[in-house]
Amino acid sequence: MSSSASSAAAGGPAVFPEHHYLNNGTTVRSWLLTLDHKRIALLYLSVVMVSFLLGGIFAMVIRLELLTPGPTIIEALTYNRMFTLHGVVMIFLFMIPAIPAVFGNFFLPIMIGAKDVAFPRWNLVSFYLYFAGAVLALWGMLNGGTDTGWTFYTPYSTTTAQGVLPVLLGVFVIGFSSILTGLNFIVTIHTLRAPGITWFKLPLFIWALYGTAIIQVLATPVIGLVAMLVAAESAFGFGFFDPARGGDPVLFQHLFWFYSHPAVYIMVLPAMGVISETISAYSRKNIFGYSMIAASSLGIAFVGFFAWGHHLFTSGQSAFDAGAFAVISMLVGVFTAIKVFNWVGTLYKGAIAFTAPYAYICGFLFFLVFGGMTGIALATVSLDIHWQDTYFVVAHFHFIMVGAVIMGFLAGLHYWFPKMFGRTYHEGWALVSAALIVLGFNATFIPQFLLGNAGMPRRYYEYPERFQALNVASTAGSSLLAIGFIIIAIYLGFALKYGPVAGPNPWGSRGYEWMTPSPPPTENFDVTPTFAHPPHDYTEDAVGDPDFAHARTT
Amino acid sequence: MEATSARVMTAEGYLAPPPTPHHYEGNPAAHKHAVRFGMWLFLATEILLFAGLFVGYAVFRTDFPEAFDQAARHLSLFLGTTNTLLLLTSSLTVALAHHNAEHGKNRNAFWLLLVSIAMGGGFLCIKAIEYTEKFREGALPGRFFAFSEITAPGGPMFYVVYFFATGLHALHVIVGMSLLTWVAIRCWHKEFSPTHYAPVENAGLYWHLVDLVWIFLYPLLYLV
Ligand SMILES: [Cu+2]
Repeated sequence: MSSSASSAAAGGPAVFPEHHYLNNGTTVRSWLLTLDHKRIALLYLSVVMVSFLLGGIFAMVIRLELLTPGPTIIEALTYNRMFTLHGVVMIFLFMIPAIPAVFGNFFLPIMIGAKDVAFPRWNLVSFYLYFAGAVLALWGMLNGGTDTGWTFYTPYSTTTAQGVLPVLLGVFVIGFSSILTGLNFIVTIHTLRAPGITWFKLPLFIWALYGTAIIQVLATPVIGLVAMLVAAESAFGFGFFDPARGGDPVLFQHLFWFYSHPAVYIMVLPAMGVISETISAYSRKNIFGYSMIAASSLGIAFVGFFAWGHHLFTSGQSAFDAGAFAVISMLVGVFTAIKVFNWVGTLYKGAIAFTAPYAYICGFLFFLVFGGMTGIALATVSLDIHWQDTYFVVAHFHFIMVGAVIMGFLAGLHYWFPKMFGRTYHEGWALVSAALIVLGFNATFIPQFLLGNAGMPRRYYEYPERFQALNVASTAGSSLLAIGFIIIAIYLGFALKYGPVAGPNPWGSRGYEWMTPSPPPTENFDVTPTFAHPPHDYTEDAVGDPDFAHARTT
Repeated sequence: MEATSARVMTAEGYLAPPPTPHHYEGNPAAHKHAVRFGMWLFLATEILLFAGLFVGYAVFRTDFPEAFDQAARHLSLFLGTTNTLLLLTSSLTVALAHHNAEHGKNRNAFWLLLVSIAMGGGFLCIKAIEYTEKFREGALPGRFFAFSEITAPGGPMFYVVYFFATGLHALHVIVGMSLLTWVAIRCWHKEFSPTHYAPVENAGLYWHLVDLVWIFLYPLLYLV
């Protein structure tokens, strides 16, 4: 056992370990060219946070513009560019890499007792591809004034005078990065599990990452192709998607959503994995229905591939196709419900610790169920025809994709912060900001459900007077959200340097990653661990004792 | 490949294999499996990439069966077939190179790879001849289309699919040739042995994929 772990076990104050991955090399080069998956995770974290900040600023500009029915602070064309920037940055730069590339990179090897991912060099390449793609896409949008929205629908995207080429190229490059991350994760899970970690002893976060990685590998190439086709068409007028030349714009929609619907699960599945980890840790109870949660991750990944047609209900799809896609889309709800019941079953009779991550778990369950139910409603063809392209859809996908993903991301960030940086944060402020964020999120998007149901279309610059009250409510809610995030940035930034030393396992969690010092050494474990217990196992008497390490070390 | 310079020549006439990466320490079999498995996953992404184009082909062929029929008859069956034979043969020589590398016969593998690269080059030359002909005829995609011999509507759509699919494939041929060159150089330095031949295998797998895609493109564009 390391010095810090044994002193904590002896009851003394936790000691910051002397050697760990953060101080193993302090030069800029040792960070920028690192092959350590933990450092690569932090590289991702820094760029992902900057992207989130930018995407958030763009969102605030949109909300301020919509404060009044007419022009408020920006012009109509700027408004179109703004929602394009917001969508592209939040989806491709923030949500897709957020949990897998940050927490996945950091914890996947540790949770399976490995020293690194299967291909450390490709892992670094993946980061730089992401970085290059992000810079390219941002520069392309700011410089070229892309105004198509993040969906790049043809024929508008191939005929608009605003530049789309650099953004599409950026999306293509980011896709490559996403593929490499997924590929690396699959191979790592297959070949680097420590002795004793069988497939059914994998922590549930790993199962979620596995399902995510399958989607990343199989769906992303198609968005790459679509980006190339649209780029070629807008540059040379090939007419692939142009009906005037015999092309088919609906083909674009099929190919685009073949990626972009499963992409929702690239974002949500990892968040579900975080919830499985944290809900068990904060209710101090074995996870209920381990195998069902694991299997439903794969189920969602599988069914998610065949649901894309629900975006084309009003695009001239046959009634049979629409019906089939509706039923398949609802199947996703079945798998999701399996997870929700198991999570709630985990809470039942648990010893719940109402911490900030637990607050985010509650928020997650609410957003997932509410967003999921509205999703089932939207998958109903006749209802969708009323709601198609209204704020109802905007509110729905923000609940699922953003609400649930942000809750998962923040739950993970708070749960794992002590492990990643060796220090703890201020719990009181964490709870305050969690409350602000959950409330603010609801205040932002519940009015949008109502607006959409009343008929307000999405992406419009102006709206009739009668929609103003709800729009003001939505903007007020988004301000609460912004304040919540600013508070988080302050107390986590403070905790990085001045937070109390965490010790190896401040939560008394039974997750495998808590068996190593915080922050972990470069090799992840000081001593090779053996994994005698299944993950999420709280059955022994010593549960609740933060110093209890349930894994024996050899 | 920093380790290369430090590796010693064994009595069998090839370099001793590089050490297993430290995170696979004590489990070289798992590392081998990982390298191969990673390549197969990557090939899966390539298949999905082309799958989108095949969907496009199916859609436009259904929309414009006559134009596709006419346009296909304006492609040179002779050149297309020659190219198919070239790629198929090069796949064979790559497979033989893999076999030789696996048995430490680096020199044989080197020459076989060189022959494969030459055949890849031949493929590209023939493709260039075909492209030149199309450009001369004005048998081009989208707004560049000016080919009077295709009377049925939808002619430009055939050439969009044709140029996009064969162009993307040609790009893969170039990448494949670069990979083969890279492993050929390593064969020249006698790097491969019965315990270390994964780069040849993976470059070979990539080349087989390039071949496989062509095996689908050839009948769809030239024969059907
Ligand atoms: Cu969808």
